[in-house]
Amino acid sequence: MPTVSVKRDLLFEALGQKYTDEEFDELCFEFGLELDEITSEKEILIREQGGEKAEGASDVVLYKIDVPANRYDLLCLEGLVRGLQVFKEKLEAPRYKRVSPADGGEPQRLVITEETASVRPHAVAAVLRNITFTQERYESFIELQEKLHQNICRKRTLVAIGTHDLDTISGPFTYTAKPPGEIRFKPLSQSREYTAAELMSLYKTDSHLRHYLHIIENEPLYPVIYDSNGIVLSMPPIINGDHSKISLNTKNIFIECTATDLTKAKITLDMVVTMFSEYCDEPFTVEEAEVVYPDGRLSVYPELAYRTETLSGDFINKRVGINESAESIAQLLTRMCLRSEVSGEGDLIQVEIPPTRADVIHACDIMEDAAIAYGFNNIVRSTPRTYTVANQLPVNKLTELLRQDLAAAGFTEALTFALCSEEDIADKLRKNITETRAVHISNPKTADFQVARTSLLPGLLKTIAANRKMPLPLKLFEISDVVLKDETKDVGARNNRRLCAVYYNKSPGFEVIHGLLDRVMQLLDVKPGRNQGYHIQAAEDSTFFPGRCAEIFSCGKSIGHLGVLHPDVISRFELTMPCSAIDIDIEPFL
Amino acid sequence: MADTGLLEALLRLLEKVDGGIESQDVAADLGVDHQLIVGAVKSLQALGEVISAQQKSSKRWELTGEGREIAEQGSHEARVFNAIPDEGLPQNELMKMPSGKVGFSKAMSNKWIRLDKAHEGGPRVFKTVETIEDTVRDKLQLVQKGLSAKLEDKEKNELKKRKLLSEVTVKSYWITKGSSFSTTITKQETELTPEMIASGSWKEKKFKPYNFEAMGVAADCGHLHPLMKVRTQFRQIFLEMGFTEMPTNNFIESSFWNFDSLFQPQQHPARDQHDTFFISDPALAHEFPQDYLERVKQVHSEGGYGSQGYKYDWKIEEAQKNLLRTHTTAVSARMLYKLAQQKFTPVKYFSIDRVFRNETLDATHLAEFHQIEGVVADYGLTLGNLMGILHQFFTKLGLKKWVEVGNSGVFRPEMLLPMGLPEGVSVIAWGLSLERPTMIKYGINNIRELVGHKVNLQMVYDSPICRLDS
Repeated sequence: MPTVSVKRDLLFEALGQKYTDEEFDELCFEFGLELDEITSEKEILIREQGGEKAEGASDVVLYKIDVPANRYDLLCLEGLVRGLQVFKEKLEAPRYKRVSPADGGEPQRLVITEETASVRPHAVAAVLRNITFTQERYESFIELQEKLHQNICRKRTLVAIGTHDLDTISGPFTYTAKPPGEIRFKPLSQSREYTAAELMSLYKTDSHLRHYLHIIENEPLYPVIYDSNGIVLSMPPIINGDHSKISLNTKNIFIECTATDLTKAKITLDMVVTMFSEYCDEPFTVEEAEVVYPDGRLSVYPELAYRTETLSGDFINKRVGINESAESIAQLLTRMCLRSEVSGEGDLIQVEIPPTRADVIHACDIMEDAAIAYGFNNIVRSTPRTYTVANQLPVNKLTELLRQDLAAAGFTEALTFALCSEEDIADKLRKNITETRAVHISNPKTADFQVARTSLLPGLLKTIAANRKMPLPLKLFEISDVVLKDETKDVGARNNRRLCAVYYNKSPGFEVIHGLLDRVMQLLDVKPGRNQGYHIQAAEDSTFFPGRCAEIFSCGKSIGHLGVLHPDVISRFELTMPCSAIDIDIEPFL
Repeated sequence: MADTGLLEALLRLLEKVDGGIESQDVAADLGVDHQLIVGAVKSLQALGEVISAQQKSSKRWELTGEGREIAEQGSHEARVFNAIPDEGLPQNELMKMPSGKVGFSKAMSNKWIRLDKAHEGGPRVFKTVETIEDTVRDKLQLVQKGLSAKLEDKEKNELKKRKLLSEVTVKSYWITKGSSFSTTITKQETELTPEMIASGSWKEKKFKPYNFEAMGVAADCGHLHPLMKVRTQFRQIFLEMGFTEMPTNNFIESSFWNFDSLFQPQQHPARDQHDTFFISDPALAHEFPQDYLERVKQVHSEGGYGSQGYKYDWKIEEAQKNLLRTHTTAVSARMLYKLAQQKFTPVKYFSIDRVFRNETLDATHLAEFHQIEGVVADYGLTLGNLMGILHQFFTKLGLKKWVEVGNSGVFRPEMLLPMGLPEGVSVIAWGLSLERPTMIKYGINNIRELVGHKVNLQMVYDSPICRLDS
C-alpha cells in the first residue's frame, strides 16, 4: 500500500477547511484511506539519521496517508484533494478533455522506430499547455512521477516517465534504440556529456538510479528519444537529458512514457495529465500528441477514455447487504468520482468511469466504491445462512491425535523450519544430496533457505543443539511435513507427513526410542508381527551407527528407520552426547 | 528430635507460668546449654500447635577465653603481685612467669610494685603495698554471673579493649502455650503407610504437618509446542463454526495456482524474486486443467466475465514457474476450482498451514509462517455477511482489535467465473497469521523465541494451555 506524504496546511488550504487530526483521520477512514502518521521532515530525519542531521530541517506538519495500491489517482495532493472534495460533494468531478493544438497547428509527434522492439517497444505522449507552476506544484509534479514509477510502473520496468520543457526542443521526436556507445548527451544534474556506456558505470554508485540500470544493462541497444535537431530528451528508463529539463518557469510540458506494457503506459500518462492539467490556463484540458508505430500505425494520446457501465441498484444492494434506492446508490457512486445516474428503466444505474479510475475494471469495483461511500460501519452485520457440516483433513486429524499421545509419552514437541540448507539434509546426515529427492530453491537469500527439508531430523537435532544447557535427557518429537520430488504430481513434488523423535542422553537409549515405536504402533492399533503387524529388521543407513539401525516395516511395507545416530552426525550438529532417533512416514496409517 | 525428657521439662515449666517464658531463662532454670533449649523449641514447633514461639535476638556480654581464665585465677597483675615475696624477686625470673610481661607493666602502672635496677645480682622487683584489690577479676566475675548490668559502659568497653569481654548477639525465643498445649508429647508420623491403614493405627497417630510453601516435584511428562496449541484452538473454532479443513499439505505450488488463478497479474511485485521463493528443481509445473488455463489467460489479457482485464501479454512460462506457496489461498483456488467442476453446493473451508516469503527477516518476520484462512462460498453472500462472520470468528478468539491482525475480502469475479462457478455465487474469505495472535496472546516480541530450532525448550515446558477466549 503506497503512502502519500502531503503538507497538512497546504492540504487544508486546498480543501478550503481546517480539520483537527482526529477529524481528518475520520474523513480518511470514511473515504477508504488511512492516516498513517503525522510527522515532519525534521522528525523523520531525527528518527532516521539522528538529531544532528535534522538541524535546520523543516518542521512543517506532514500527513502520511496510506492509499489503496491501485488508486493511482490519489498519489498526489492534487488527486487527494479532488477525491475528497468530490466525496464531500463540495466539487463536481472535473471532465478531462483532450484538445487539438490551439493555434490549429500540427500536434506534437513521436515516431517509434523498429529498433525499440527488442528492448522497450511502446511509447505514448501528451502536452500540457500554459501551465503555471509554483514551488509546491512543481515539487508535487516531480513527486507524483516518482510515486507512479514505484507503483504502477513497477520501478520503471513497465513504464518510465519523461517530462520536458517543450519550448527547448522541437518535434517531431524520434523514439529509437542504439548501441550504448553511440548515445551521447549531457544528462540531468551533470556538467558534461557522457556516452550511455559511461553513464551506466557512473550511475553504478548512484543511490537512486542504480536500481534501474538492470532493466537495460544487458541489452545490445538502449532506448533513446531525440528531437528533430538530434537533442537527447531522455534515455529511458534511466535518465532525462539536461537540455530539456523542466523548471518552475516552464510553461509547456512534453510528456512521454516509454513502456514494455502499453496498457500501463496509457494509464500512467492519463494520471500525470489529469492530475496536473488543473494548473493549465484551460484547466483539465490536455493537448494531444501523435505516436507513429514502426508499421505506420498512428495513435493519438492521451486516451482520457470515459466508459459507461450499466448495473442495477439491486445488484449493489445484494452484494453489499444494504437496501438503498437506485437514486441514492447513484449519489453514493458520484461521490466516489464515478458519475452515475438512474437511467429510467427499472433500477438501472449508468455509471461513468473516468480516466482517473483505471482501477475500476469490473462491476465489483463499483460495488466496493458504493460500500465505501455508504460507510462500512453502517452496513449491518449478518450471519450467512450457509449450512455446512465440518470435516477434518484425515492426515491432520491423525496428526493432532498422535501429538497429544506423544506428549503424554514424555516427549516434547518441537516446531522447526521447513526450509534449511543442503548441508542440513545431506552432509550433516552423511547422505548424498542427489539421493535426497530434495526440492531446491533458486533464489535463497541465505544458505538457510536452499532446500525444503526431506527429513525432520536436522530440525530436531538443531533444537537440541540450541538447548544443550537443559537437563538431560532431552526427548523431542515433531509431526510435520517434509517435501519430496514426485513426478506424478502436477508440480513435480509432494509433501509427506512424518513423525520424528529423538532421545539425547549420556547413553544412547535405543530401548527408549524402540519403546516409543511400540507405543506409537499401539496407538495406531498395529500389533507386533511380520505380516499384518509391524516389525523391525537390522539395516544399514549412513545416518546411523553401524549395527545400531533398523528399518521399520508395517504390514510388509517399509515406513522408516530407528537407531543410534552415527557419531559424525552427532558432532556435525554440534552435539556431544549419544542420541537415538526414529523417523517414520505416517501416511500409510490413514 | 530433641530428648523427650527435656521437651517435657520445658512444657512443665511453661505450664506453671501465665504468659510465656524466655528460652534463656529456661536454659538457666534447667541448667542446660541454651542451644539445647533452641533445639527443643524447634522440635515442639514441628509437633503442631503445642507451643508457639517467637524468635527474638538480644545482645549480651560474654567473657572471652582469657577473661574466663582471669575470673578464675585473677588478673595478670594480681598474679604477678602475689608471686613476689617480701624480699623481692629478680626481674628476669618474674618475666619467665606466664603472666609476667603483661602483669609486670600493669602492676607497675598500678604502683603495686617497684623495680630496683641497681640491686646487686641484677634488677630486682619489690612489692610497694601490703595488699591489693583485684578489680578486673571482680568485674569479670560479675559478668560471668550474668550481672554485667552492674558495670558501667566505660568499664565494659575497657575490658572489651583488653579482649577480656565480648558482646554477642543471642537468638532466643519467647515461648507461649499453643492451642493444643499439653505437657506430654506423642511422636509424630511423617507419612501414612499401608500398615497404618490395615491396622487402623492412623487414628491414634499424629502426623507431621506438610510444608505447603515448598514447590512440588516437577511432573515427568512431555509438552506440546505453544504455537501448535494455538493452532489446535483455531482448528477447533473453525470446526465449531462448521468449516471443513482444506488439504494444504503441498508446500510446492505453481505460479498458476498461487497467482494467476487468483487474477494476480504477472507483473505484480509479489511475483518478484525478492518476495517469493522460486524453485530450481523441479522448476516447472507440467500439468494444468487446459481449458481453465485458457480462460485464465483470456481474463488476464483481454478481460471477459464483465471485466476489462489487465490487457497485457499473459505468458504460460510465468504461470508454470514453481514456487513455495506464498499463501494458502493457492489451495483455496484449487478447492474452488474443484467445487466448480461439480453441481454447486455451498461450502465453508478453512486451513492453517505454512506459507513462505523471501522477505527481509526481522523480529516479527521469518521466511515461513503459518497462515490461517477461512473461505465461504454460497449464493448471495454480502459484505454484511463477511463482516458478520468475521465478528463471530474474532469474538471466539477473544480479540477485539482484529482489524490489525488480518485481511479479508470478497474474491473477484475474474477469479471465480473462469473456474466455472455459477454467476450468483460469492466467495468471502479472510486470513491472518497464526504467529501474530500467538505473540500478542503470550506477550512474545521476537518471533524467534516462538518458532524454529532456537526456541528455549524451557518456554515450551512452561507454557500454559491455550484458551483463546479467556
